[in-house]
Amino acid sequence: MSMALRPRRVRRGEYLVAAICVGMITIMIWPIVMSFLASIKPPDEASRPPPHYLPQSLSLENYRSILTYHAGLAVYVGNSLAVAGLTIVFCLVLSVPAGYGLARFDIPGKEVIFLILLASMMLPFQALLVPLYLLFSHIGLTASKLGLAILHTMLQLPFSIYLMRNSFEGIPKEMEEAAVVDGATSLFTLRRIFLPLVMPGMVTVALFAFITSWNEFLGALILMNDEKQFTVPIMMTGVSSGNFGSVNWGGLQASVIVSILPCLIIYLLLQRYYMTGLLSGAVK
Amino acid sequence: MSRRSRNRWVGLVYTTPALAFVSVFVLWPLCHVLWLSLTSRSLLGGGEFIGFDNYTRAFADKSFWQALEFTLTYTAYITPILLVLNLALALLTAADTPLRRLTRTVIFLPVVIGLASSSLLWYWLFDQQVGLFNKLLVDLGILTEPMIWFRKAASAQVAVTISVVWKVVGFGMILMVAGIQAISNDIIEASRIDGASSFLRVRRIVIPLAMRSIVMATVISVIGSMLAFDQFYLMTKGGPRGQTFTSVYWVFQNGFARFELGYSSALSVILMVIITSATALQLWLSRKGSKA
Repeated sequence: MSMALRPRRVRRGEYLVAAICVGMITIMIWPIVMSFLASIKPPDEASRPPPHYLPQSLSLENYRSILTYHAGLAVYVGNSLAVAGLTIVFCLVLSVPAGYGLARFDIPGKEVIFLILLASMMLPFQALLVPLYLLFSHIGLTASKLGLAILHTMLQLPFSIYLMRNSFEGIPKEMEEAAVVDGATSLFTLRRIFLPLVMPGMVTVALFAFITSWNEFLGALILMNDEKQFTVPIMMTGVSSGNFGSVNWGGLQASVIVSILPCLIIYLLLQRYYMTGLLSGAVK
Repeated sequence: MSRRSRNRWVGLVYTTPALAFVSVFVLWPLCHVLWLSLTSRSLLGGGEFIGFDNYTRAFADKSFWQALEFTLTYTAYITPILLVLNLALALLTAADTPLRRLTRTVIFLPVVIGLASSSLLWYWLFDQQVGLFNKLLVDLGILTEPMIWFRKAASAQVAVTISVVWKVVGFGMILMVAGIQAISNDIIEASRIDGASSFLRVRRIVIPLAMRSIVMATVISVIGSMLAFDQFYLMTKGGPRGQTFTSVYWVFQNGFARFELGYSSALSVILMVIITSATALQLWLSRKGSKA
């Protein structure tokens, strides 16, 4: 009897799970969908109470309004992209050699070096804001994309090094020995043999560096004290506080959509790299 | 032998750029913040050595203690909420079917968007006049009329918590999914044949074996909440009446709104000590737990 009952019970359980899954998908995606729909309402409709879930008429006016917001959306997106690009470059330039050195050589005091590099991950950068601000203003790196990129590199470097060290360690010794026997220098070995093999690790480093930098708020809030240098998150706070005390709700949601779109696209395209990176960083 | 020792120094050369970077941008600021905390330095310049005055001031500063207490309360109640949801969602989606994979992907989406973006998105959803979350709660009969979430500290904290849970719940879920998937199928099958109920299976097998990921999710949630800033800066602005200032927010407020860099540094040092010891304690407990 139980044999006969079981499939039906399993199937009913499966329906229940499916229903809960669909429910969760709806809950999680609802805010983003609502934000998108608000962003394509005409500005007065988006700001008029009582609100409606669906737009009653469509308009791109909210996007047009942030295109011309102060220095213009293009400037802010450009700043964010430049800072993120520099952050990616710095993270790779520092973490690839460091990962190579730590994984492939018997460095004296290797454990200590690795600990120092990772300890900076334990220290909350929020507690170093004051000295960092003073340092950056001393060397002329406030209100500078280079300065903010250095700060973002600081946040992302320990994780990048950890990831690159793991990537280099994952490569079998024989690959390297063949080159060493041929008398190749370590730099040649790195370039010709290792780099192609650790490429997935480098993609992961770049991906995390982009997302951290594009989204980072507090550092940009403190360092970018010149409106022309604002990144997208800082621009959004300007849109939200609005002119003359009234909030431009439609414009705010348009800027929210602009700020989340690159992250969503990159994540959906490179999900595999993202998950490997996340799990190797957190679980090990 | 000579080849080996040459190798050692070559390896060091490769790590030098990263070490130099960390020395200039982490170790030096670390030393500097310790020194600054002993001075009366202001953002406008000047300042002199004043010994431990900033620290005695911090211990007498009611607002600082209030911010610290608020941060700890926030941490103490968002962390269990997250853990329970993390685990429930992980159990729901751990098996590899297309629908479950899709669910996982969607639940994870908010993790990759910025905390500033999600805070401003929810700030709008919670608005009393145009907020659709308010409207939804009214339409579902949970509220009789739209409420002003940010007028009282308690409801402001609930609002921030809802938005942050939405934003980060997928992170811990993924960690736990990885933990659950690493459990060998044989163990689960064996328990099923032995007739263990699903509740028993979760409590006696899944949770103990996925303990590492659960601990990791806890540590990350605790550190993240103790350092909370963006969500409160953007949604409550520390209000009403300064009741929702977090520790980092208070450091920021003293340093960059009141320009008291010396005092702000002392608060930073206290904060750093608290966070570092909390992290160390949790990691130590988890190591002890996994050995037992």
